[in-house]
Amino acid sequence: MDATGLELIAQRVRDGVSADAVTGTHFLRGEATLEVAPAAVHDALAYLRDADDEPWPLLMSLHGCDYLPEEPRLGVHYQLLSVERTDRLNVKTRLGVEDPRLRSVVDLYPSAEYQEREVYDMFGVIFEGHPDLRRILMPEDYEGFPQRRDFPMGGEPVIFTFNEHKFPRWYD
Amino acid sequence: MTEGDPTGVPYREREASVTMGRLEEEPVSGTAAVTEGDVHDELFTINIGPHHPATHGVLRLLTTLEAEVVRDVKPIIGYVHTGIEKSCEDQEYWKVITFVERMDYLAYYFNAQAYCMAVERLLREEVPARAEYLRVIHLELNRIASHLFWIATAALDIGAITMLWWGCRDRDLVLDLFEMSGGQRIHTRYFQVGGVMEDIPPGFEAKTREFLKVMPQRLDQYLSLLDRNEIWLRRTKGTGIVPVERLLELGVTGPLLRAAGHPWDLRTAMPYSVYGDFDFNVPVGTVGDNYDRFRVRIDEMRESLRIVEQALDGLPEGPYITTNRKVALPPRHELATSMEALIHHFKLVTEGFRVPPGEAYAAIESPRGELGCFVVADGSAKPARVHVRDPSFVNLQALPDMARGGLIADFIASVAMLDPILGGVDR
Amino acid sequence: MTRTRVDELRVRQLKAQQLLRGELEGEDLEQEIEKRLLFTRLEEAQNWARKNALFPLGFGLACCAIEMITVVGSPRNDLSRFGAEVIRFSPRQADMLILSGRVSIKMAPIIRRLYDQMLEPKWVISMGACASSAGMFNNYALVAGADKFLPVDIYVPGCPPRPEALIYGIMKLQDKIMGHPDMGWRERYGAYGTEEREVKYDPATGAVAPEPGSRRQTERLDAART
Repeated sequence: MDATGLELIAQRVRDGVSADAVTGTHFLRGEATLEVAPAAVHDALAYLRDADDEPWPLLMSLHGCDYLPEEPRLGVHYQLLSVERTDRLNVKTRLGVEDPRLRSVVDLYPSAEYQEREVYDMFGVIFEGHPDLRRILMPEDYEGFPQRRDFPMGGEPVIFTFNEHKFPRWYD
Repeated sequence: MTEGDPTGVPYREREASVTMGRLEEEPVSGTAAVTEGDVHDELFTINIGPHHPATHGVLRLLTTLEAEVVRDVKPIIGYVHTGIEKSCEDQEYWKVITFVERMDYLAYYFNAQAYCMAVERLLREEVPARAEYLRVIHLELNRIASHLFWIATAALDIGAITMLWWGCRDRDLVLDLFEMSGGQRIHTRYFQVGGVMEDIPPGFEAKTREFLKVMPQRLDQYLSLLDRNEIWLRRTKGTGIVPVERLLELGVTGPLLRAAGHPWDLRTAMPYSVYGDFDFNVPVGTVGDNYDRFRVRIDEMRESLRIVEQALDGLPEGPYITTNRKVALPPRHELATSMEALIHHFKLVTEGFRVPPGEAYAAIESPRGELGCFVVADGSAKPARVHVRDPSFVNLQALPDMARGGLIADFIASVAMLDPILGGVDR
Repeated sequence: MTRTRVDELRVRQLKAQQLLRGELEGEDLEQEIEKRLLFTRLEEAQNWARKNALFPLGFGLACCAIEMITVVGSPRNDLSRFGAEVIRFSPRQADMLILSGRVSIKMAPIIRRLYDQMLEPKWVISMGACASSAGMFNNYALVAGADKFLPVDIYVPGCPPRPEALIYGIMKLQDKIMGHPDMGWRERYGAYGTEEREVKYDPATGAVAPEPGSRRQTERLDAART
C-alpha cells in the first residue's frame, strides 16, 4: 500500500458510505491510517470488510488512546489486516470525552469483544450494541478510567529524608 | 453501582454463565441444539478460580457444567493487571523497554522487539545488520525457551509429569546463553532502540552451537515419551477443535491458527527484521485439535534451531547498535576524548532521545501469535501512549468455543494447549 | 575403604548386634547407648522437623512464578534437597506461601483469603521486587508490597530473583524457623526496623552499643514510643 492507494481507498469509502465519513488520511513509512468520523465507523468498517474490491476481513487490534491536549480527546484505532494481500490498514476515529459513544463492531468482527471491553475499562468509551460491556481488567466496582491522561498515576510516594517525617512507618 | 452501566442489565447477571432457561430456549452459540432428552435438571456453575495450579497464571474461569460436560465458560481476567501501559507514559523511551518486557513474561525479547521496531519506525532509524542478526538469534532462542516451558507445564497439566523436569532442564541451557549475553536469565533488557545493548561475548557462539547439537535429540526424546503414549494421544486427539473461519473471526493467530491449517506466520508472510534471509519452514496442522497444536509447537522448535544455526553462520561484522549518537550511547572510550560524545551521553542519560510526533504499529510473530506494539509519540522524550496487542488476550476469546460441549478434562487440556500467559492478557 | 575403616565398621556392627541381643553389660552398654541418644528440647526437635519439610503453596502470579517453577522443577536448582518439593495447591495442606509476582488490587483480597485458610504455623516469603514493595510499577493497579495485608517473614529481592536467591531465602526461613533468625546487617548496625543508628561496634565481642542522642530520627521514635 502506498499513499495513492490510501487515497483511493478513502475515495471509495466516501463513495460507498457517505461523503463526510472520511475526515483524513495519514501515511507514515509504509503505514496507512484512515481517519473516519465517529458516527460512520460501523458503516465504514462494514464497507471495508464486505463491499470493497480489496476487502479487509480481519481485525487484528482495537485500541484506544488519549490525546489529551488536543481535542477531540479520545481516539479509537482499528487495525485491519488482509491475509490475501498481506497488507494492513489502520482506521482511526476521534471522540470527545463528554459523550464518548461509538457503535460496537462485535457483529462484524467478533474479535472485538474483549478489546472493546478493555477500551471501555481504560478510557470510558461506551460501545453501543456490545453484548457484555463491563470492566475487564480493573475490579468491577472501580471508579474512574485509568488510562486517561488526567487520571493520576497513583501508587506510593517515594520516601526521601526530606519527606520521611510526613508518612507514618510500620513501627509507628 | 458503577457510574457507567451502559447496557442496563445488572452486573451480576451479565457475569453469570448460562442458565437452564437459556439452554432450553436457545442453544448457546457454538453448540448443537439441546434436545429434550439431553437436558438434565441440574446445571452446576463452578469457579475454576484465580488460584489454581500456578502454571498459567491467575485466570478465573466461570464454568457451567452439566455432569462432566462443559456447557459454557466465561473467563474473567484482570488479576495481574499492573498498569504497565500507563506507567510507560511516565518513562523515557529506553526505560519503557524494561516495562514492556514484563508483559508477556515468557517471551520477553519479543515484547522488546515489537516496541523497538515501532520506535525505530517513528525515529526513521536503521538498525545495523549485525544487530539484526543478534536480535534474531535471541528471538529464536527465546521462542525455544518459551515453547519448552509451555510443554513442561502443559504436559504437567495433562499428567505427564516427567516433561516438567525435562523441559526445565533444557530451558536452563537456553537461559545460560541469555545470561552470557545479557547478564540476566530473564528480562535482560538486551534489546535497545537501534540495536542491542552489547555485543555477544567470545564463548557465546561455541556454547550456542553445542546447544544446537544437543537439542534435536532432546526433542526426539520428548516425542518418544509423549507421541506414542496412548493416554496422551487419547486426551489430545480430537479435543478442542474450532473451525478455521471461527478462529479468524476471533482474531486468533499463532500456533493455534496454524494447527487448524491456515499457514499464516508473520515471519514468512510479512517479513520483518532479517527473517527474509533465512530458509525455514512453517509447520501447519490439519485438524486443529490439541494434538495438532502440540505437534506444531514441537516442530516450531526444530525450525527455530535451524534459524539460529543459519544466523550464527551468517553473522556479519559491524556495529551492534546504531551509530547515531542522538539515539544510542557513545562507547565509553570516546567520552575521554570527544566533547560531542560527552554532550550526547549527558543528554541521553538525563533526558533521553526525543522522537518526532507520530504513531506507529509494529507487529511480530511471538510464540503465541501476533504481538503488536502501538506507540504514539508527541515530540518529547516520553511516549504519549504505548499499547501492546497481546496475542494471549485475543486468543483467550477462543476458549469458550474450544470448551463447549466437551468434557471438563478436555477443557483442561485445551487451556494447556492454548498457552495463555496472563501477564500479557492483563498487562 | 582402607583396612582400618573396614575394621572399625566391623567392630561397630558387632557391638550393635550385641546391644540388640542384650549381651552388653555395664560400661559397654552405657557407651553404646550414649552414642545413640540425643538430648534436645521438644521445641527444637519440632522446629527441625518443620523446617525440613516445608510444604509450599503452589501460588505463582507473574514472572517470578517462572523462576519459582524453575526452582521446584528444574534438575539444576532442586528444592527437594531442602525437603520443600511437595507443592500442595490446597491452602489447608500447605504451610509456606511463596508470593511470587505482582499483587494487583483485584488479587489482594484473594491472597488474604488464601492466607487465612492456611493453618498455623505458616510462613510467607515475598519473592521478587513486586511482592516486597511495588517493584518498578508504582501505580494505581498494584498494592505496594504484600506486607500491607499479610505478615511477611522473608523478602527475596530481585526482578526476578535467581533460583539460587530464592533457595537462599528459603534457607534463611529455615534458620528463622529454628529460632535463630539471621539478622545480618541489623546486628552490626543496631538497626531499629530498617533505620540505622550510629553505634559502636565491638568486633571482639560482636556487641553493639548505641550512642545516646546520635540521630534525631531515633530520638523521635523513642520519644514516640514512651
